[in-house]
Amino acid sequence: MVHNKIKAGLHDGIPIAAGYFSVSFTFGMMAVQDGISPFHAVLISLLNLTSAGQFAGLTVIVSGASLFEMALTQLVINIRYALMSVSLSQKLDRSVKSFQRMLIAYGNTDEIFAVASSKPGTVGAKYMLGLILLPVAGWVGGTLTGAVASTLLPVAVISALGVALYGMFIAIVVPVAKESREVLIVSGAAMIFSAAFYYLPVLCEISSGFTIIICTVAAAGIGALLFPIKEESV
Amino acid sequence: MIYGYIFVMAGVTYLIRMLPLTLIQKKITNIYIRSFLYYIPYACLTAMTFPAILYATKSPVSGAAGLLTAVILALRKKSLITVAGFACIAVFIVERILGMFPGY
Repeated sequence: MVHNKIKAGLHDGIPIAAGYFSVSFTFGMMAVQDGISPFHAVLISLLNLTSAGQFAGLTVIVSGASLFEMALTQLVINIRYALMSVSLSQKLDRSVKSFQRMLIAYGNTDEIFAVASSKPGTVGAKYMLGLILLPVAGWVGGTLTGAVASTLLPVAVISALGVALYGMFIAIVVPVAKESREVLIVSGAAMIFSAAFYYLPVLCEISSGFTIIICTVAAAGIGALLFPIKEESV
Repeated sequence: MIYGYIFVMAGVTYLIRMLPLTLIQKKITNIYIRSFLYYIPYACLTAMTFPAILYATKSPVSGAAGLLTAVILALRKKSLITVAGFACIAVFIVERILGMFPGY
């Protein structure tokens, strides 16, 4: 079965777009506070379409570090997308051509990837492009609004918006973990590893980008070894 | 210089996403690799969320309130926007309550 309706994609993209709006709002706000113009903030969001990478990129820009440092930071923080792209490469229908894959790659964010992965069967180019469109609009629009409104919002609201992104992640993982014991164990392992890297001496020295890669590979690896999935549906 | 930063940032991020997606077009048949790829999103999203969510707000207490709210709503299969929205509201309310205590 192949999902390939642009309308279905647009529909599935609405909640992601709304979530992105709130997160990128925070990004736009912080960028302006760091002395970056609203135009440049919007350009960053349009070209990167990634939360953690952009927030880290801000720090690099503000500290006036080298371009090499910028490249390395993005590589480390965003290398997880390579894993997701490998995974998504298996999810895309055979009908999806190379240039379409190049377009879809631009929109392979954590949430878009997660939603595409959660569809039974394979996904087609039209579905993917529909799915990507509104989140991009939300991400860019939120950045612009945040950049412009940065001076108007009280600190209390800004702090509350800080959990929006994580709320979305939780909404993706928890319902699946509730139904599948395997996913529950994999997620539990990821949580324990991640906490260990955060709190234990020596381990906490490792950058957060590397930490995510190590935890992801370790937890998913344990899942693959203990519970290899036999069904064709994966 | 700002454009240098922006384009290096965007270029690296795009290549990371694009290369695996265009270079790997065949179905991977190895069951362990397939399972590994299936588990990746859950492992990755969980590792990114915890414990980072506790430090995303003004206080770990309000961050924990956001976490708890999100988990409860997600268990009830509420939509992405509902879960994220109420997590933000929970943080806001808890921070107002914390604000009532002197010295906080």
